[in-house]
Amino acid sequence: MWKWIQAFASPQNFYRISKKIIPWFLYPFIALTLVGLYWGLVIAPIDYQQGESYRIMFVHVPAAWMSMFIYIVLAVSGGIGLIWQIKLANVVAKVSAPIGASFTFLALVTGAVWGKPMWGTWWVWDARLTSELILLFLYLAYMSLGNAFDNPKTASKASSVLAIVGLINIPIIHYSVTWWNTLHQGASVSSVEKIAAPAIHPDMLMPLILMSISFKLLYGALMLMRARDEVLIREQNMRWVKNVIMEDGK
Amino acid sequence: MKKRQSRMIFVALLVLGVGLAGYLGLKAFNENLLYFFSPTDVVEGKAPTGKSFRLGGLVGVNSVKRDGIKVNFDVTDNANTFNVEYKGILPDLFREGQGIITTGSLINGTFVATEVLAKHDENYMPPEVADALEKTKQ
Repeated sequence: MWKWIQAFASPQNFYRISKKIIPWFLYPFIALTLVGLYWGLVIAPIDYQQGESYRIMFVHVPAAWMSMFIYIVLAVSGGIGLIWQIKLANVVAKVSAPIGASFTFLALVTGAVWGKPMWGTWWVWDARLTSELILLFLYLAYMSLGNAFDNPKTASKASSVLAIVGLINIPIIHYSVTWWNTLHQGASVSSVEKIAAPAIHPDMLMPLILMSISFKLLYGALMLMRARDEVLIREQNMRWVKNVIMEDGK
Repeated sequence: MKKRQSRMIFVALLVLGVGLAGYLGLKAFNENLLYFFSPTDVVEGKAPTGKSFRLGGLVGVNSVKRDGIKVNFDVTDNANTFNVEYKGILPDLFREGQGIITTGSLINGTFVATEVLAKHDENYMPPEVADALEKTKQ
């Protein structure tokens, strides 16, 4: 097992294998998104209080979940990069950050668009909204710090430490709605009591689950594509990169 | 091997240290992170006096009186109730029995609001299901 991981984690093997894996993320993503969006926006029933407006959650909730998921990826692969000094872990962390920042931004914007008609405001400084905004700033800080060094090794070290420090924000985002009074509603699906009996009707839950899987697949595809580019850039002086380029040129 | 272990300890200490700092920080600022006060909090004197604060609770059933854009209603947590006066547009989700958060200040026992926000709960269901639930309750 360990040997297999080490073999896969070598940039050269990763470049070769990832090419075959990407379609397994990309095509299911397209299929699931089409089904999930049609189900969520057309088939799913209206909400008893919000009418049609609740449908924005089919993008908002999966995007918010991804914003936290990708941050955990950032911190974990940053930690692996620090301890075991696996090059690929640093690559994964680096290329994931802009994707995570985009999902965070999407969650914030869709939330604001929903909040205006429902709550009566675009934005409030409650614990949930504020901690999610801090997450966006963490992503931006991570990206700037990673770009502030000429040496990619130093850059990875510094930004990994930042990612691990910022990890504290993830439980704060998740529990903000239970620890404090917030304007944002509590968890409907993703809390221990709600996993068994979600506070959301099955006809609405199914498309939500489809969309959250589809967003995970999208992240997988985007991350692998970006990681392949980053690997080529970092290994540009290696012989295998020259061979790859020669082969592609044929 | 030695080096890797020391790096492991560094990462573990980093996680522990930040976790501890976060825990203590949140504990210290807990009060400030409350977005609103319930009517009971206000009765117990937890809300600031003499300046504006946020009052949260349910809109009292049969308490909403409209007069043009002036609205008068009760906010309750089923233990204590405050009368709220507001002039302006109410959000879509505002209705009797709904959770709301309102900003303003207490003037002679009446909460004079400058802003009313509706709070949504975590329940999502089609209208037919809501009707059926309502019927079984009665």
